[in-house]
Amino acid sequence: MAHRWTNKLTHADVTPKAAFLNRRQVMAGLAGVGLAGLARPADAQEGLEPNSWEEITTYNNYYEFGTRKDDPAKYAHTLVTEPWSVKIDGLVDRPGDYAFQDIMSEMTVEERIYRFRCVEAWSMVIPWDGFELADLLNMAGVQEGGKYVAFETAYRPDQMPGVAFPVLEWPYREGLRLDEAMHPLTIMATGIYGETIPNQNGAPLRLVVPWKYGFKSIKSIVRITVTDTQPPTSWNMAGPREYGFYSNVNPNVDHPRWSQGSERRIGGGLFAKREPTLMFNGYEEEVAGLYEGMDLAKNY
Amino acid sequence: MQTLNQILRRIPVWAVYLLGALPAPWLFYLGVTGGLGVEPIKALEHEFGELALQLLILGLAVTPLRRFIGLNLMKFRRAIGVLTFAYVVLHLLVWLVLDVQLLSQIWADIVKRPYITVGMAAFVLMIPLAVTSNNWSVRRLGPRWRKLHRLVYPAAILGGLHYVMLAKGFQIEPVIYLLIISGLLLLRLPISGLLTRSRQADSA
Repeated sequence: MAHRWTNKLTHADVTPKAAFLNRRQVMAGLAGVGLAGLARPADAQEGLEPNSWEEITTYNNYYEFGTRKDDPAKYAHTLVTEPWSVKIDGLVDRPGDYAFQDIMSEMTVEERIYRFRCVEAWSMVIPWDGFELADLLNMAGVQEGGKYVAFETAYRPDQMPGVAFPVLEWPYREGLRLDEAMHPLTIMATGIYGETIPNQNGAPLRLVVPWKYGFKSIKSIVRITVTDTQPPTSWNMAGPREYGFYSNVNPNVDHPRWSQGSERRIGGGLFAKREPTLMFNGYEEEVAGLYEGMDLAKNY
Repeated sequence: MQTLNQILRRIPVWAVYLLGALPAPWLFYLGVTGGLGVEPIKALEHEFGELALQLLILGLAVTPLRRFIGLNLMKFRRAIGVLTFAYVVLHLLVWLVLDVQLLSQIWADIVKRPYITVGMAAFVLMIPLAVTSNNWSVRRLGPRWRKLHRLVYPAAILGGLHYVMLAKGFQIEPVIYLLIISGLLLLRLPISGLLTRSRQADSA
């Protein structure tokens, strides 16, 4: 199921890094299933400033390591990511603890250059390396009746200084509807710029759902549960009026704290201009069908 | 304490203004040159806001410090107050000019986002205080000056509340600020009250 989607964003949209130019996913896409993803004209992407490795890895929300943006980069090195296993349970044919290495040996890792839009109205473009979540779920075998997928981040007070404070109810929890989880855009990221994903970005594996606000893309996952009911999610538990279960990027539905109509790309410096936020973070063509007939203002 | 007070007496007020003003150009320089991280706008906004709160706390501490431990900073209180207001203005300017940018959005934010409404209310309450922070106004207003300057109490509470409200989730730092502000106001309670007309031995 790999290569079901190819980038519209290219390396022209991220920091040019010579070492990675030869592994552009555009090429991977050409070698794979086809050219379907190359439909958008190149000029649609002009004006996007690149995001550097430094930007991606020093400006993070990962409250288990502190609430300041630079806390994760400072403190996440204490997280032990080897060995690592993911418990997959619930409505699956083959429940169990899956060792990270065993998962990786089965998965096809590819590069996905995605927009990343935080609910706080900042954004980046990030060249992830990862595999489709659908492949992992199929590995465990989703049973008839599975409707949702719940995720949990590691909770390790000895390695995570931030969990000493009740910022949120730990462990961090997230969830997706099964069709969202199986969507070709939904990936488990294990790398950035071809490097192993740094701890502050959610090592060793994290979810990336590019059409939803960043907090849905849960980090350092230790448990995946297929359920038949909508699972509780951390920010929704903390503020149901502010953070819905869906949390799709939507410029027309304001968050009580932030207008979501525009965003600021990280990297523009002190005088960076705001840019309009795109419906579904620019992935409307791919994912709008998932929400047909739904009132997105109600199901925010 | 006596010697400390003597040393303090020798420090000119302009030195406090100068020292207090220095972080502004320094932080701006850091913001331009990348010293505030990859998102300098929010960082600068936060730094100015936090400095304003710290100066506000220092200003509120002047009276209790003198009363309870005999440390006399009275001479610098106006400077501390004026600097507080200056950092509130800088905080607001960064928000208006660099952060929100759109005029139409600014008003919408003030009305729609409770933490911004609260912050703006604190700012508005501080305007008459800044305007009357001069000898002429003190003379002109007489006892009314003191009454007017009690507006700093609600302004301080609103400022602390603004920080607590804007934090995502339950965060400890803003709560500590609000607790310190509340504590400093509580210290005044037995002898002064915002609405009482009783004569003040010493307040602000």
